[in-house]
Amino acid sequence: MNSEKNIVGFITSLSKPKRGSSGKTGEWRVFRPVKDEERCNQCLLCWVYCPEACIEKDGIEIGYEYCKGCGVCAQECPREAITMVKEEKW
Amino acid sequence: MVKVLETGNHLVALAARSARVEVVSAYPITPQTQVIEKIADLATSGEMDVEYIPVESEHSACAALIAASITGARAFSATSAHGLAYMHEMLHYAAGLRVPPVMVNVNRAIGPGWNIWCDHQDSISQRDTGWMQVYVSSHQEVVDTLIQAYRITEDPSVSLPLMLNMDAFVLSHTYMGVEVPEVEEVDRFLPPYKPIWKLDTRIPATHGSVVYPDDFSETRQSMHEGQQNAKGVIRKVASDYRDVFGRWHGDLVDEYMVEDADHLIIAMGSIAAEARVAVDELRNAGYRAGLLRVRFLRPFPVEEIRKACLGCKDLLVIDRDCSYGIGGVLFNETKAAIYGHVDMPAWGIIVGLGGRDVTFKLIARSAMDAWDRKLPEESWRDSHVTDAHKVTREMLERFKREVS
Repeated sequence: MNSEKNIVGFITSLSKPKRGSSGKTGEWRVFRPVKDEERCNQCLLCWVYCPEACIEKDGIEIGYEYCKGCGVCAQECPREAITMVKEEKW
Repeated sequence: MVKVLETGNHLVALAARSARVEVVSAYPITPQTQVIEKIADLATSGEMDVEYIPVESEHSACAALIAASITGARAFSATSAHGLAYMHEMLHYAAGLRVPPVMVNVNRAIGPGWNIWCDHQDSISQRDTGWMQVYVSSHQEVVDTLIQAYRITEDPSVSLPLMLNMDAFVLSHTYMGVEVPEVEEVDRFLPPYKPIWKLDTRIPATHGSVVYPDDFSETRQSMHEGQQNAKGVIRKVASDYRDVFGRWHGDLVDEYMVEDADHLIIAMGSIAAEARVAVDELRNAGYRAGLLRVRFLRPFPVEEIRKACLGCKDLLVIDRDCSYGIGGVLFNETKAAIYGHVDMPAWGIIVGLGGRDVTFKLIARSAMDAWDRKLPEESWRDSHVTDAHKVTREMLERFKREVS
């Protein structure tokens, strides 16, 4: 137990954000956020609110690999430029 | 250094001020209430520079304590009994996050039956949360141990929280003349807290997210190593404290007449102060007795206990707690510590639960009975059936009549 090679030292649950550490969470999605390019004025509120940080700032591209479809972006968009569409209907 | 006449609880507040505690989060509970009343007084009058957070429960008190600690502040709390039990989940969290707050637990029985008086069941029940646990036996020791505590918890090789246990009423509500070091004096002994890691937007990291089976066990082994490392730190800190302030209460243990003893008593808390008098009585009666007062239950002083037991003929361990189904915790852990190293007969007594008085006479008599081979290996030494127990007996009789 106390032999040198058996000592692990200081290790805690500290972690840093990492892309996709929980896998491709986009597979969990039931509703897909779909952006209306004509209504969007690129105010970036969706980018601010997205809890998964899967909206790109440049071009406001939604990353469907990780978007879980929570709908926060659609709820927050002041111009109703994002609509939640059921995946099977997409 | 100022000499004050104060209650144990108020002394905790004064010692917290001397240790430059920066954040206090607490919820009142008997018999701890005076601790946080006094801190609130000191904060309001401007005598203590502290952020005082009155919370809505003990669970929140411990959560706020952890939160304060991970910002790099020196954090403090105090609680008792059911309050401590309510913190249980957060106690694991504090130790798991490796933050170094200190909390005073005023030892009180856990209900039912409802009881505000002293025993060690509350803190013993939190034994495996990863917190260090120290049990003190005098007012002066409360003050000196609280100041030492931050040097221990904040040592990077330890980085674990500490619970300072003091007996309800025996220490918490009685007045004693005690020397309290001034803030500036403590500064020479206790440097400001420098965390290994803290919440910092410049170095973003998070704590407590998912840890997979491949990574988990090492976080727990590291906590165990932190506790083991603490042994050396505790010894060093106690010795440094003696150099600066000239006072000594022991390190992991406190020995009294152990050197030439044939018979050893092992105890914790204020009962151990009483046992010291019992040792004198026993010596007068012709028993070469000695006392090993266990101060730290975690980390457990395995090496000290083995060393003290070596050369002794027999042992009496006093518990103010019970791990139902096996017996006294100090008794069983002592036996585990000496197994394979020292072969000696040992007796365990459970006494003083729910604030029942434990006198040096009872301790001396129990020791003589044990060492004269007149005591069973384990006994509830002060048990007796009283009038209050008759209701239960009546119910039992009624039940027996109905089923027969």
